[in-house]
Amino acid sequence: MWEYTEKVKDHFLHPRNVGEVEEADGVAEVGSIACGDALRFSFRLDENKRIVEAKFKTFGCASAIAAASALTEMVKGMSVEEASRITNQDIADYLGGLPLEKMHCSVMGREALEKAIEDYRGTAEEKPEGKVVCECFGVTDKEIERAVRENALRTVEEITHYTKAGGGCGSCHGAIEEILATLGREGIPQAPSRPGLSNIRKIRMIQETIEREIRPSLKKDGGDIELVDVVGNRVLVATRGACAGCVASAQTLKHFVESKLRELVWPELIVEEVSP
Amino acid sequence: MKTLYFDNNATTRVAPEVLEAMLPYLKDFYGNPSSMHAFGGQVAVRVREAREQVAALLGAQPDEIVFTSCGTESDNAAIRSALLQAPEKRHIVTSRVEHPAVKALCADLALRGYRVTELPVDSEGRLDLDQYRKSLTPDTAIVSLMWANNETGVVFPVVEAAQIARERGVLFHTDAVQAVGKIPIDLSKTAIDMLSLSGHKLHAPKGIGALYLRRGTKFSPFLIGGHQEKGRRGGTENTPGIVALGKACELAAENLEIENTLVRRLRDRLENRILSLVPNTRVNGDRFNRLPNTTNISFEFVEGEAILLMMNEYGICASSGSACTSGSLQPSHVLRSMGVPYTMAHGSIRFSLSIYNTEEEVDFVLEKVPPIIETLRGLSPFWKENAKVCQKTG
Repeated sequence: MWEYTEKVKDHFLHPRNVGEVEEADGVAEVGSIACGDALRFSFRLDENKRIVEAKFKTFGCASAIAAASALTEMVKGMSVEEASRITNQDIADYLGGLPLEKMHCSVMGREALEKAIEDYRGTAEEKPEGKVVCECFGVTDKEIERAVRENALRTVEEITHYTKAGGGCGSCHGAIEEILATLGREGIPQAPSRPGLSNIRKIRMIQETIEREIRPSLKKDGGDIELVDVVGNRVLVATRGACAGCVASAQTLKHFVESKLRELVWPELIVEEVSP
Repeated sequence: MKTLYFDNNATTRVAPEVLEAMLPYLKDFYGNPSSMHAFGGQVAVRVREAREQVAALLGAQPDEIVFTSCGTESDNAAIRSALLQAPEKRHIVTSRVEHPAVKALCADLALRGYRVTELPVDSEGRLDLDQYRKSLTPDTAIVSLMWANNETGVVFPVVEAAQIARERGVLFHTDAVQAVGKIPIDLSKTAIDMLSLSGHKLHAPKGIGALYLRRGTKFSPFLIGGHQEKGRRGGTENTPGIVALGKACELAAENLEIENTLVRRLRDRLENRILSLVPNTRVNGDRFNRLPNTTNISFEFVEGEAILLMMNEYGICASSGSACTSGSLQPSHVLRSMGVPYTMAHGSIRFSLSIYNTEEEVDFVLEKVPPIIETLRGLSPFWKENAKVCQKTG
């Protein structure tokens, strides 16, 4: 059974804004019955050009219904410009998170919103369509690239969770690997909001973060860590004090140290313990 | 909230009699049946009795029963043994609708150079025996066909299929995990060489299974170790599990008639009423050649996981062949092999009953399911525009 948050359950069992907006300013339909989920989304603007009404109809699982319901709530009161900045992660966050395997439900919400805005602006025709990579689910290279960029995806499996691409017969896994490799070669930062980090800057930021954010907390419990080396995205640390030999230290490193460093320095860092 | 358990093809409750029978072997009689002392020896006596109980349900001899840990182990043991015993043969015949325990194993063997024929099924989930006959070659090492399908309950003609295999000199294995205890089985009258069964599908606990191995069938053990099970399966016996499986088989033999009368009637009531109460529904699988406890119903234009979670709010447990429930992104391989249309496959729900289900429970489900489907159809963008078309054709 999926572990859905209470908010997902609430939006599934009590979906908001079901239906279709009459005299809508923007309408879109994404997904298909063959793929197992589909979403019809429509919105209407008030005289101040703010979204006053948004409605949805969804064929799909609990998280697909919840994501669509969430979306209709999120966009209310927004200008089209503001709404166009909503990402799939924003939808997932609004729901308190989605299981990784269900992230494609949030992507479907974002796609519907985007298409509805295009419908409103009358720009739908201008966008390059891209080439279909996954035949099973009709996912294009452009859609995959976008999901990779926006969500810092690193593996075929993650791409499948977010876009469904590769989730059918699996024959496109090679092509998806190539997209990942190309994006990697082009040096496109996988978390676009952050500037690229030089190694020296990265190491200095890691050091500072450990000093400022991490060691004080550990010291409260009589523990400590020391930065040993940084190799690529691998942060090698040694545990000291009460942390050394503590059975929970691996958990601490993963859940506290690594997540702090990812949050404050670079989202791809991996913390590894080395013997001192 | 009361649990209404309609998911007995997934697993079953341990029968109170079974629990009672096994408990002493967890508490007081913990001896090793291989020991020389009487304390262990008394457990060996009970293991022997359990072997007789299992054999009796199957129409087999006690020495034809090998205890294993689960159905998957039995399937692996049977198929791998057949291949080891005939190393010159490189062909396996199976079907497209097997349980992953067989399907994934065969896929793995295909990667290792074996040729695997997956026989198709028709839209009702039935096998074509002529096509099966033609698939057998001198290179065929083993046939593995399920007795009854876990998702639809459709029963394959394994008795005929085994006879055909024997005439061609090919070993025949059947995954009978869903069939044992639900339909009569008498292996003494068949040409089946190997059969897999699992305890937790017939009111024994998880962690115990058995492999039937016809006398004279050459066998290479899957688990190599001690002399247990006459050298056919190493590892200290799961004595509480074995005692439980024995008791469960004894009960299953006693309850076989109830299964095929009362349980069947409850299943039919559930199925027929749903079909008449909810428009745009259909039953997946051959209704006339089916386990008495299983019904697989598709609700058009709604998605299975959503149905399950809404039923869950009322304590109703069932399962679905939809993509979303399995973690995969495609509907079940069984429904796809049958060519069930996508509008139907994503909304399939399997109800599987047991002797513990009551008429009140069935009526409760019948009260709750129609409004759930109506609610979800109200959310579905496909429902309104397609409903008219479907009413015409339906």
